[in-house]
Amino acid sequence: MCDFEGSERKALLMNHEKDPEKPNKPAGGVSRRGFIRGAGISGGVLGSGILEEQVQAQQQGGTKPVGPGPVPVTLTINGKPHKLNLEPRVTLLDALRDHVNLTGAKKVCDRGNCGACTVIMGGKAVYACSVLAIDAQGREIQTIEGLASGNELHPVEAAFVKNDGQQCGYCTPGFVMAVKDFLDKNPKPTEEQVNHGLGGNLCRCGTYMGIRKAVLEAAKTTKGGRNG
Amino acid sequence: MAETPNYAWPPREKRRQIGKSPTRIDGPAKASGKAKYSSDVNLPGMLHAALLTCPHAHARITAIDTSAAEKSPGVAAVHVISPVGTEIQWSGTEVAAVAATTENQARDAARQIKVQYEVLPHVVREEDLSKVGNRAKAAGEQITGDPDQAFKEADVVSEGEYGIPVVAHSCLEPHGGVLHWQGDKVTYWPSTQFVSGIAGTLAPNIKVPVANIRVHQEHIGGGFGSKFGADRWDAVSALLSQKAGGKPVKLFLDRATELNIAGNRPSAYSKIKLGAKKDGTITVWQSQSWASGGFTGGGMPPTPYVYTNIPNKRINHTSVSINAAGQRAWRAPNSQQASYLTCSAIEDLAAALKMDPMEVFAKNAGYTPRAETYRAQLAKAAELSDWKRLWHQRGDAGAGPVKRGLGIGVNAWGGGGHASQCRTTINPDGSVMVEIGVQDLGTGTRTVINQVAAETLGLPLNAIAVRIGDNSLPPSGASGGSTTVGGVSSSTRKSCVNALAKLFDVAAPALGLQPDQLEVVDGRIQQKDNPAKSITWQAACRKMGTSKISEMGANDPRNPGGLNSSGVGGIQVADVSVDTETGIVKLNKFVAVQDCGLIINPKLAESQCYGGIIMGICTALYEERVMDPATGIMLNHNYDTYKLAGIGDIGEIVVHLEMEPQHDSRGVIGLGEPPAIGIQAAIGNAVANALGVRVRNMPMTPDRVLAALERRNA
Repeated sequence: MCDFEGSERKALLMNHEKDPEKPNKPAGGVSRRGFIRGAGISGGVLGSGILEEQVQAQQQGGTKPVGPGPVPVTLTINGKPHKLNLEPRVTLLDALRDHVNLTGAKKVCDRGNCGACTVIMGGKAVYACSVLAIDAQGREIQTIEGLASGNELHPVEAAFVKNDGQQCGYCTPGFVMAVKDFLDKNPKPTEEQVNHGLGGNLCRCGTYMGIRKAVLEAAKTTKGGRNG
Repeated sequence: MAETPNYAWPPREKRRQIGKSPTRIDGPAKASGKAKYSSDVNLPGMLHAALLTCPHAHARITAIDTSAAEKSPGVAAVHVISPVGTEIQWSGTEVAAVAATTENQARDAARQIKVQYEVLPHVVREEDLSKVGNRAKAAGEQITGDPDQAFKEADVVSEGEYGIPVVAHSCLEPHGGVLHWQGDKVTYWPSTQFVSGIAGTLAPNIKVPVANIRVHQEHIGGGFGSKFGADRWDAVSALLSQKAGGKPVKLFLDRATELNIAGNRPSAYSKIKLGAKKDGTITVWQSQSWASGGFTGGGMPPTPYVYTNIPNKRINHTSVSINAAGQRAWRAPNSQQASYLTCSAIEDLAAALKMDPMEVFAKNAGYTPRAETYRAQLAKAAELSDWKRLWHQRGDAGAGPVKRGLGIGVNAWGGGGHASQCRTTINPDGSVMVEIGVQDLGTGTRTVINQVAAETLGLPLNAIAVRIGDNSLPPSGASGGSTTVGGVSSSTRKSCVNALAKLFDVAAPALGLQPDQLEVVDGRIQQKDNPAKSITWQAACRKMGTSKISEMGANDPRNPGGLNSSGVGGIQVADVSVDTETGIVKLNKFVAVQDCGLIINPKLAESQCYGGIIMGICTALYEERVMDPATGIMLNHNYDTYKLAGIGDIGEIVVHLEMEPQHDSRGVIGLGEPPAIGIQAAIGNAVANALGVRVRNMPMTPDRVLAALERRNA
């Protein structure tokens, strides 16, 4: 039923995995996180065998395991380096929200389903809940806080305000970042492309009508070019 | 004795702010990520808490061992919520909580709590009434007129079975809060629809006087009826804060727990039989409904919905108790279910009569409380949906695999205004502050307060500061029942009229006039209809010297004085295409014709309609809570399997708000709920019209569509 959503979400994640700057296989990123976060506290009964297999795989591959205790992590966020001490399992989203106090990206599904935590990493929109902070080192991370310059709104933000593309606003920062990345790559989108390309972000208040208008308007105000 | 001031809304032609659509005043903060929700609050030394929840649908706790958790790294406090001996009635019930330095540490520790359960038998599904055993409890039969005789005399009898499942509120900001217990005082950052009242629901559970609980909430990430009182986990956070020596504690539910236990809309199923004359006049209604909203069962959806005065009726209802988390109020409680059941049955009757359902809904409008409104709205909706051209007899949708169909849904709602108090302060420097202890759910409450104050004081919007979201401000009611805009617009209007009267007292001598000869227009205080004799707002305020004006205004729900009222109706039409090979339902267009009162901000009102409709599309096409009969747990507790509509799934939406003088003169009526009601009905009927067969149960997923086609072909 929601084919667009599914394919787009997968595409976003795959973009990250396919990134040429990254090893072919992320060093156990997804499955390590999958193991640690499990299927929730009450339902999560994963055998310890998975961890052992993983450690073996890492050792065979020559990757030295880090953690589980805190390790130094440097993140470049909105152009500024942040030196942190984080457990390797800490996601980029938790690092931003709990350790750098950048709370624009929101924690909603925490599983790469909803897009509320979207940030731009290395020029690509990613779900910050599905990236480990240690894997985000050496990449330029742009968050919603780095989009506006001073008190002047970014054209995408201004278009959301003007077209009432927000109600409670909880999905808005993630949506704005997804739109920013979408327009960078699709400077003159059709409405169909908007519907397709932004299927990876969910809103519960039902603001999609305003968001559609906002995206098309922002595409015009940024004159089809990259919008900063 | 002083005359009662004139609080009435200014006539339409004189309005400068009301009826305009400025952008929402918190829009820039939200769009730029600067808006701070309670879940964004980070305090020095703050701990993070996690819950341990029960994995069984029905069980008794026989042992709990928290010793390992207490020694786990970073742990500051552990609290047992459900002690040994507790009989648990749904999975996801809170068993214990841990506060630790980081969220991961809190989860690690919660996982180390060892709980032993005696597992007991459970029932978690109610859609098949024959399988719920002794969990069913029938209410008494209600009879109106003589239904048996009426069925005998009916020219046509139509029967159907319809169902609408439990769905989760699914607020994007989960339930929870930050709680800070210092000495004998507690500071509470909740996510709530009731800023002024939530302390009263926390207080008894932590034994702290309400007066010692301070509540702050700048923004809330969705509520939809599920966030009125303090939850058990909020009290637990407070207790953890106290146990941890007064460190603040943040606890917001993880998504699985949020979808599982933090609010749902009860189900409703019904077997409905209608009798009618050949001309489409309904003569008799019979329904056997059943519903569940969790362990406490489920109330009867008010059917027949809107068409309440059908002369002959037999109504039976059965409440079913299941081992699942309890229902909460959901944006127009019970109305979506009732509208779906009723409108489906009427559409099926129209199909049996081979009549256009537009005619049948209109012909029977006399059974509704507002026949003329609905008839006019049906005509308008037909026009906007191109009904005459696109509608066809049921199933007569052409030869190709994709079938198009149209369907109708009906809504009705109250509104009115909640009890609300407002304080307006005018300072000697001319600055103005308007304060109400209310919340803005994203409906635009801040903005409408600003517009009403600016209108009343004759000032631009940016000359007025609006403060809400704090329980030390003048109290305002909960945001439920679409009562907020009615309440705050009235209290703001009165408070500003009262404050302005005081300013006129100060300004009048300077102009050599009496206060009652003055008015305020565009920032100048002038003789009525004589701009030549005036002083500026600033000059008038300077005459206050060092004192300031601070005046209250209150909305009394029992005596709103014409500023607000209640009672609206609406007609909605869905236009869908159904692929009979894949079973996928696609929305082409959705038309909503909505009755309303005085609209303060048309853009925000329209956004409420869009929002209600899109939420309805989600529940009509995608959403349902899936309970596993074997294990008793909710299977789809995140958005990979609990589906919501995305931006490409909603089609075109056309909202027609009726804003004529006769609507305006009723005063303000809230619009949060009415447009959210008829969507499932309209979509279900459109699918039936397209396919030629009724898909009984919501949501209209491909598997249900294909199963219905198979039944037809069998």
